[in-house]
Amino acid sequence: MDTRDSPEQAELRRAARQLARQLGPTTVPDIDDSTRTKRLAAAVRDAGWLELRDDDGDGAPLAGGVETCIVADALGAAVADVAFAGPVLAAELARRAGVPNVEGSVVAFSETLCEPLVVTGPALSSPGVAVDMAPDAHSAYVLLADDDEYRLASVAIDPPAGGADLTRSVRHAVVGHAATPLPSQARLLTDDDLVGWSALGLALTSADLVGVMRGVLDVTVEYAAERKQYGVPVGSFQAVQHLLAEARCLLEGSLSVALHASWAVDNLPPAEARAAGRVAKAYCARAARTVCETAVQVHGGIGNTWECMVHVYLRRALLSSQWFGDDGEQLREIERERLGA
Amino acid sequence: MDFRDSPAEAEFRTRFRAWLAANNPGLPTSSTDDEYWARQAEWHTALYDAGFFGLSWPARYGGHDLPTVFDVILDEEIAAAGAPPRPSLGYLVQGISTHGSEAIKDRFLPGLISGTDRWCQGFSEPDAGSDLASLRTTATRDGDEYVINGHKIWTSYSDVADWCILLARTDPDVPKHKGLSAFAVPMRQPGIEQRPLRMINGITTEFGQVLFDGARVAAENMIGEPGEGWRLAMTIVSHEREPGELGYVARYAKTVKELEREVRADPSGFRNDQREAVAWAHVQAEMLRLHVCRRLSERLDGIEHGPGGSIDKLLMTWVEQTVGGAALSVSGARAAVDTDDVALKIYLYSRAQSVMGGTSQIQKNIIATRILDLPTA
Repeated sequence: MDTRDSPEQAELRRAARQLARQLGPTTVPDIDDSTRTKRLAAAVRDAGWLELRDDDGDGAPLAGGVETCIVADALGAAVADVAFAGPVLAAELARRAGVPNVEGSVVAFSETLCEPLVVTGPALSSPGVAVDMAPDAHSAYVLLADDDEYRLASVAIDPPAGGADLTRSVRHAVVGHAATPLPSQARLLTDDDLVGWSALGLALTSADLVGVMRGVLDVTVEYAAERKQYGVPVGSFQAVQHLLAEARCLLEGSLSVALHASWAVDNLPPAEARAAGRVAKAYCARAARTVCETAVQVHGGIGNTWECMVHVYLRRALLSSQWFGDDGEQLREIERERLGA
Repeated sequence: MDFRDSPAEAEFRTRFRAWLAANNPGLPTSSTDDEYWARQAEWHTALYDAGFFGLSWPARYGGHDLPTVFDVILDEEIAAAGAPPRPSLGYLVQGISTHGSEAIKDRFLPGLISGTDRWCQGFSEPDAGSDLASLRTTATRDGDEYVINGHKIWTSYSDVADWCILLARTDPDVPKHKGLSAFAVPMRQPGIEQRPLRMINGITTEFGQVLFDGARVAAENMIGEPGEGWRLAMTIVSHEREPGELGYVARYAKTVKELEREVRADPSGFRNDQREAVAWAHVQAEMLRLHVCRRLSERLDGIEHGPGGSIDKLLMTWVEQTVGGAALSVSGARAAVDTDDVALKIYLYSRAQSVMGGTSQIQKNIIATRILDLPTA
């Protein structure tokens, strides 16, 4: 056992953090700067990160769950407004199905955001939600039930984008949209495929939450050291210090579970990998909520205004928490698994 | 990054699992029963004799020179078997190893590690808790000896100890942190009086008070230089804050497993909030297990943690108190009507975790000022 980064992983972590910091938004108005967001999207694409889970030619992904989550963590820390987990998760499903991935595609979810949308006929009978889709993309995958297995189908996704998160899009597929089966699917997707796929989803969203916590805590600690009241920095008061110290502990615990979940994706059987993902997600979702709320509180009045960056982190945490199920959802599943129905 | 066992680790795991299957003493749930503490020495000796104790410590002193991650395997297998946790004395070994002379290490470490000698730790006093450096116990030079006078409290296993690693003031004329020295004091002598303390869960064999009234210790038993006592104390408490050093992961995992078994056995007997409390306790215990994997892996190339131990201590405290709370929840009314309810004892004992080894508030002060670098008031 050695849970440290390999030299390559450490280098990727460093490079990803640097790129995300350089090109991510540092102020709220930055989010509307389309020149910057285009540069960020190009940089992520040029780095090859959208292809990390693409087929290496032998059916295996080009990079591991660990590497993929290293990037997710870095993008979360910079609240980077670029599609990453969405396209990567779509590529994971396409690889498992043995079909060429439609670039820019994401997977449409049911409205709970807990599982992929399953259709039984030629058109959507319930609405789908596409998360983390690039602005120029326009279609998503849904699952077409075929006995106990699944085909991949493509469905059009409508503008406009909306949702709580200001850095990643949420778009919709309405009832009645056609679900067109992808041509030449080499394999039908099994339940095991979907379990393994959701393990990656849980690991990626957990990693994003870890990043968000680190990013918002950095911003907040810096603010607490600068902002003065009663003639001294507010960060010198124990009441404030203790909130931040607790937040730091939550970050460290979250990192430990999230790393394990990212490793489990390719190294444990699907059910165990998903169980590791559930533990990580339950812990990280609860922790991220507390850490982001602490950040708003420590920023005081300004922390409750639109212009302050902390709500950007909080909003991103809200979406990452719900995507693949929040802490309550994970606990319910853990109960079912470990305590019986 | 790899959470899997290496071949050597897998071999160790198999060997230890087989040994445990035949040698689990089946003690009562730890921390809830006097019998557990009374028989801890036996368990220590059994682990040591079979080659399963002191894994990462030097072979020269009875350890096995193994990487620290082997302790993770030990704790996981102990938890899986429901066996008692390994005795927590790594912090004493670290304190003596870091500050003791070669002669001190040769003399004291083998007995400490093998369990032949029982040790306790005399730091806290009635008026020196969080403000440890204000302690008033004195050690006054008298020829080749020092004479000890003072009052120690929260001294675990003091009544069965052969030795005490004692912090005492040897120089009253310098600032409080600089006048302290540490000694290995023989406990079986006139001038030492034991007063056991009864904990809120009823345990009487863990904590004690020790009164030193003219007790004597040879000058050569000083650990470190005169005035080095504070630094030794900080070494010990920083390791005392690390769950990887303590082996508590096994204790929490064992309790969670028992709670899961209880709930599973009666599918309609528990409310949703009770089920959720158990699931959350599982998440917390898993977090700590994985956190220890990470921390002990970081030590593979010798990184020491310093103030990072305070983060680990807070995480461990939250886990213990979450698990204790889950036990209370599952027990429900039974904990209120049955004096001997194990869950009640687990819960009550868990409240001490945010005090012992430095309160949670002290840990947060350390994290804020030494890790987050926030300004001091």
